[in-house]
Amino acid sequence: MSPKRRGDVDTDAPTFESLLATKEIVIFCGSGGVGKTSVAAASAVAAAVHLGGKVLVLTIDPAKRLADSLGLEGIGNLEKRVPDEVLKAVGLEPRGELWAAMLDTKQSWDELVLRHAPDEETAYRILENRLYANLTARFVQSHDYIAMERLYELHESGAYDLIIIDTPPTRNALDFLDAPARMAEFFGGRLLRWLTLPYRVGGRRGARVLNVASRPFYQMADRILGSQFLQDIAEFFLNFQSMYDGFVTRAHAVERLLHDRRTSFAVVTTLEMAPLREAEFFCEQLVDRKFDLGALVLNKTLPRYLLDDDGARAATAMCDAATDVAAPLARSGVAGLEDEARDARVLRTIGESFRNFAVVAKREGELRTEIRNAPDIVVDVPSFDADIHDIAGLVELGNALLRRPTAPDQGRA
Amino acid sequence: MPASPSPGLLDRRLLFVTGKGGVGKSTIAAALAMLAADHGKRVLLVEVDAKGNLTDLFERPPVGFKPEVVAPGVSAMTMHTEASLQEYLKLNLRVPVIGRIGPIARMLDFVASAAPGVRELLTVGKVCWEVRESIAGRADWDLVVVDAAATGHIISQLDAPRSIRELVQVGMVREQTEWMADLLADPEITALNIVATPEEMPVSETIQLVDQARTELHVPLGAVIVNRVLPELFTRADEATYNALREPEPARILEAGVGAGSTAVLDAARLAVNLRRTRATHLTRLRAEVDLPMLYLPYLFVRGHGVRVTRMMATALGEELGL
Repeated sequence: MSPKRRGDVDTDAPTFESLLATKEIVIFCGSGGVGKTSVAAASAVAAAVHLGGKVLVLTIDPAKRLADSLGLEGIGNLEKRVPDEVLKAVGLEPRGELWAAMLDTKQSWDELVLRHAPDEETAYRILENRLYANLTARFVQSHDYIAMERLYELHESGAYDLIIIDTPPTRNALDFLDAPARMAEFFGGRLLRWLTLPYRVGGRRGARVLNVASRPFYQMADRILGSQFLQDIAEFFLNFQSMYDGFVTRAHAVERLLHDRRTSFAVVTTLEMAPLREAEFFCEQLVDRKFDLGALVLNKTLPRYLLDDDGARAATAMCDAATDVAAPLARSGVAGLEDEARDARVLRTIGESFRNFAVVAKREGELRTEIRNAPDIVVDVPSFDADIHDIAGLVELGNALLRRPTAPDQGRA
Repeated sequence: MPASPSPGLLDRRLLFVTGKGGVGKSTIAAALAMLAADHGKRVLLVEVDAKGNLTDLFERPPVGFKPEVVAPGVSAMTMHTEASLQEYLKLNLRVPVIGRIGPIARMLDFVASAAPGVRELLTVGKVCWEVRESIAGRADWDLVVVDAAATGHIISQLDAPRSIRELVQVGMVREQTEWMADLLADPEITALNIVATPEEMPVSETIQLVDQARTELHVPLGAVIVNRVLPELFTRADEATYNALREPEPARILEAGVGAGSTAVLDAARLAVNLRRTRATHLTRLRAEVDLPMLYLPYLFVRGHGVRVTRMMATALGEELGL
């Protein structure tokens, strides 16, 4: 399959729009709280509406209202089409189809086991293992891996022109990149073979062979963890190893897909010190590891008018000469302005508020100019003064990403 | 209004600070440590999510597993599970030759990445150990503040001693989990504090975590710290005046008085009011659904970060706690 081109794209300069138009997979990453999920969902809406094709957004942990607005409530791993009517209701005539799905970690793992187990009996032995339940629910990397695995599966299905995915909230937002390789390494590792040795030799699973188990290493392990626990672990991995080949082949395939030029990464950040430093680190890492770094999204930025010199002067005048400015207003005869003292107070308040926000906007501006490791495409998304929790909000955010104006009859009133 | 702020917060020995990513969890943990030190306590601040930048908040270089002084009365350390494991093995196995720890550590590290809870146990174990040693007079900390895992991972982190106990029936690891679980469950000693901002996801995660902590976790809850609360700009009457200012005639008069920038100032006020209003709805939801003491910290309109911000937060926290 060669890269497809959807929609009308200006090919001269790369834009966020051209990224969405040329890639088959765009993976959104960034540290917690930067609005990754909203930006990913908005990108999918924008792509489906303006660029066409069949677009899927695979979301990991959406806010409830957002999930509701995409119709994701209680659908598990199933992909679901967002009805055109939903988009038409906010004044849009979609060129393509918008689909949405949520990641159900447990269900995805179960499916993976059922697919790779040599027989049904082994599959159920694994599914019923105590460690397995814990592993899939809590083992942090299992989240990362299964998200990428699911992405691979959806891409392989060939059903979508573009898949957009937001990454799970992890301690290190790039852990998921290593997940496939680590999974493969884990199940193929020498240490695992060593650990399960007492349970493998002797022909029968679970049959302990004294001369192996009495080695100092196993004695020590016994003392620390107890033999029952070791046996639980060993049994689990012995069963799991029956899936080894299928599993590792798959993990490598997932890894190849992430490196494929059809896959690109968009790093999302706010213009705050800590998330931005992390975003710079992600960008650097992605490039170092030869992934395709497509775009940097600067989300929730304050409006530029806060940097306006005229604004600063006006704010200062309102603070310092509030009474002078208030006098003609009080005399204007406009309802609500009769009280000169109140007018002056309000002027001081808004002058001060402007100066407060201007400090933050300036800090953002300075951070913006010194961003390191930025890709060619850097998009600024303004801070919306209400939550992004419905299709209209996503449309507005999507338009900001694509630098398209929001028509008066589109989006929110 | 729910319960009043908890004055006894700093009198405990072990404070965990969690919250959704991006809400300012680390800054609050650092500010809590600074505030406690201001009140004469010797504080150990532990960074668990090893990003290695907690010490930035004191404008100090990164620290490792060995605690180092980062501010008067505050020492900081970064959690390393391997180092924690080595220390544990040395203390408990009394393995004479360091070299022998290597293979065992590797084996346990491997088990740790496979078996849930082992890594978390090493993290929580080290923290609990420092607290237990201090109570016994063998270590110097009056208070241990932990910049803990984010809301999504905190349950498995704090529940590790119990979940390990379910998996491991005998052996040394199991024995160790008992005293840890007891220490974590003691309301005189331990409190889990949650940082939230008045935004949808941080509030939802806080509500969910409080529920989960009460049903699944045997760790006492402390306070909810609401960070970045925007100031209320106007009273209702003042807002009517503000709205009148936006009408054509007053807008002209205003521009004549202060120049062309008046529109930007009026727009900025609208932005401030709307941001505050959106946040207020989330704050209302948080108050309605969580009956824990709440501490409110203002949105700081400041340049830069570092020790000055940590100091401002510590001061604000102190005021909220009535100290």
